[in-house]
Amino acid sequence: MTTHTLSVLVENKPGVLARVSGLFSRRGFNIDSLAVGETEHPEVSRITIVVNADASPLEQVTKQLNKLVNVLKIVELEHNASVQRELLLIKVRADRPVRSQVLETVQLFRARVVDVAPDALTIEATGTAEKLDALIRDLEPYGIKEMVQSGMVAIGRGSRSITMGPSLRAAS
Amino acid sequence: MSGASALVRSLEELGVDVVFGIPGGAILPAYDPLFDSQKVRHILVRHEQGAGHAATGYAQATGRVGVCMATSGPGATNLVTPIADAYMDSVPMVAITGQVAKSSIGTDAFQEADIQGITLPITKHNYLVQSGEELPRILAEAFHLASTGRPGPVLVDIPKDVLVGQTTFSWPPTLELPGYHPTLHPHGKQIREAARMLASAKRPVLYVGGGVLKAGASASLRKLAELTGVPVVTTLMARGAFPDSHPQHVGMPGMHGTVSAVYSLQRADLIVALGARFDDRVTGKLDSFAPNAAIVHADIDPAEIGKNRVADVPIVGDARYVIDELITAVGAEYAAGHKADIGDWWSQLNDLRERYPLGWEEPADGTLAPQQVIQRLGQIAGPDAIYVAGVGQHQMWAAQFISYENPATWLNSGGLGTMGYAVPAAMGAKAGAPDKMVWAIDGDGCFQMTNQELATCALEGIPIKVAVINNGNLGMVRQWQTLFYDERYSNTDLGTHKHRIPDFVKLAEALGCVGLRCETAADLDNTIAAAMAVTDQPVVIDFVVGKDAMVWPMVAAGTGNDEIMFARGVRPHFDEDDI
Repeated sequence: MTTHTLSVLVENKPGVLARVSGLFSRRGFNIDSLAVGETEHPEVSRITIVVNADASPLEQVTKQLNKLVNVLKIVELEHNASVQRELLLIKVRADRPVRSQVLETVQLFRARVVDVAPDALTIEATGTAEKLDALIRDLEPYGIKEMVQSGMVAIGRGSRSITMGPSLRAAS
Repeated sequence: MSGASALVRSLEELGVDVVFGIPGGAILPAYDPLFDSQKVRHILVRHEQGAGHAATGYAQATGRVGVCMATSGPGATNLVTPIADAYMDSVPMVAITGQVAKSSIGTDAFQEADIQGITLPITKHNYLVQSGEELPRILAEAFHLASTGRPGPVLVDIPKDVLVGQTTFSWPPTLELPGYHPTLHPHGKQIREAARMLASAKRPVLYVGGGVLKAGASASLRKLAELTGVPVVTTLMARGAFPDSHPQHVGMPGMHGTVSAVYSLQRADLIVALGARFDDRVTGKLDSFAPNAAIVHADIDPAEIGKNRVADVPIVGDARYVIDELITAVGAEYAAGHKADIGDWWSQLNDLRERYPLGWEEPADGTLAPQQVIQRLGQIAGPDAIYVAGVGQHQMWAAQFISYENPATWLNSGGLGTMGYAVPAAMGAKAGAPDKMVWAIDGDGCFQMTNQELATCALEGIPIKVAVINNGNLGMVRQWQTLFYDERYSNTDLGTHKHRIPDFVKLAEALGCVGLRCETAADLDNTIAAAMAVTDQPVVIDFVVGKDAMVWPMVAAGTGNDEIMFARGVRPHFDEDDI
């Protein structure tokens, strides 16, 4: 099984997310990550889904997704031809003796401290899943008190846009 | 006008002539303008499930969208089974439900159920209406979605305040379906490739499914079949799409298909699937299905292609266009001198048809054979009648022993296998096609699930005929207990023989129908004739038949089609060397 990133453009209407996510579980797929938000067309939302599947079941679930009336377009983003980012907020134990070491790690990963407490730091980081995993691994020895991660968002490289096209023009 | 009036006006504009339903609190405002409609006839059913199956029967018999209506909460949840049924069998249906007022949604209000959420996986699409202004558009979209592309059920849930509130009405509305573009016309390159394969195959089969009926492509199919001389099999959902009497029809494939039809798929070198979906009941164990066949798979739903069996030539399109374009392309192949000889193939299939015809053993205990009842019924009522089956042994016998010559004369619950489908679906079929004779062929188990709709039929002037194939048991389950559970008959005896509870003749009479009973072969023709003589009232015949009859041939669940049993303990000789 390999990881696939699907960008699903949908009508920005109530209940569409439930239709899309429900379809995955109904057809026996586990979603690794899901992120949703508006696009440059307010009538269109974009759902980025990361899913682990073989090519043939993935084709089946993509076809089933395409059958949803509110789904406008589905594009699989190839890893090398797209930029992928996740957001991580992580609260790490960091009292005096180790604080400078933690801050060094933050700098190495080009992350930012967004909140400071006497014995803890809250760090914001963005990047690929691999980079964030590495950051978490490096912070683990200090003691992770709490963390929260967004789903992955992704966009194709180059000047082409997946949000252009006849079906989207009709929606907007 | 009110939202309710806009609803009724929209239904009128959409050409709806019949709605099956039951009023209740949340949908009540809609029933007031409906009372005055000169165009829409409302048929008051006895249970919402009956309304749903009636809408399906109406749609299957007429090709038009069937409409059912129910109130919120339990009214809506009672529609779930028929909606799921229509979804599995791709039936164009619109279900309209009342909902509690928008301000009460999500508060566990009286008779509140999230029917939009509940029906998400069993509808082609569904709506929760937010305002009266969008009602005409949503209804027009619902009818468009239900009846185009791969047909299916669409639910429109309307909160009470939307029905009561004032709105403006204009027609026609503009559809807003930017993500919905069914592909009707097939790709020319795929058609040419399919035609090339069809012209050169030595053991080809046309595997015809319900999509051919939905597309109204029966006449085209016959042309293609006669042009190519290729054998045709019709699935349970496609009985009547190709005449049974046609010499090229080799039968129904699948779990209870004919030996010749099952064999034709198993040994084919080319299967051309037209509006069929390689259902497990047809393929048996998938790994051993048609091991040497190349697959041309034509369907209007791209998601069906390659779902169960990889297609060598995938064709997305409406069956009518696909078949018409295949006719032209195959003609071009023939004109270029490409035409394989399929004479040997036909002699193999003809030999199997002769050696393994459909039949039955007379019951040793002298009871009436259910197969004989159904076969005689088909012969006497003829190919112009509409036959509607429930689910179980009687359904399989009705698929096997009645000769279907015309489209839309065989209605059944194929995908979901809904017991209780027959009586309400027959009611819907008769309401849609009042000039046709409509026979429900039901089991005593199925009949006890939905016979209350006979009261509807009696009061609304819908004179259907019901043949209850009463073997006193849940027959198909009992058959499996006989074959796979050491004849331990756990909970399959319904007592309809032993105790005659209920007495179906008295029950029929209580429901305003004529009740007849037939217990011997000698009375068979007379009883059927007596039922046919009644034209102004529904009729029920209680055919008391033996309980030990079994449906053969049979491919047991989980086994491959090569393991087909012609009768208990009888394996047909199936291999090339034997012929």
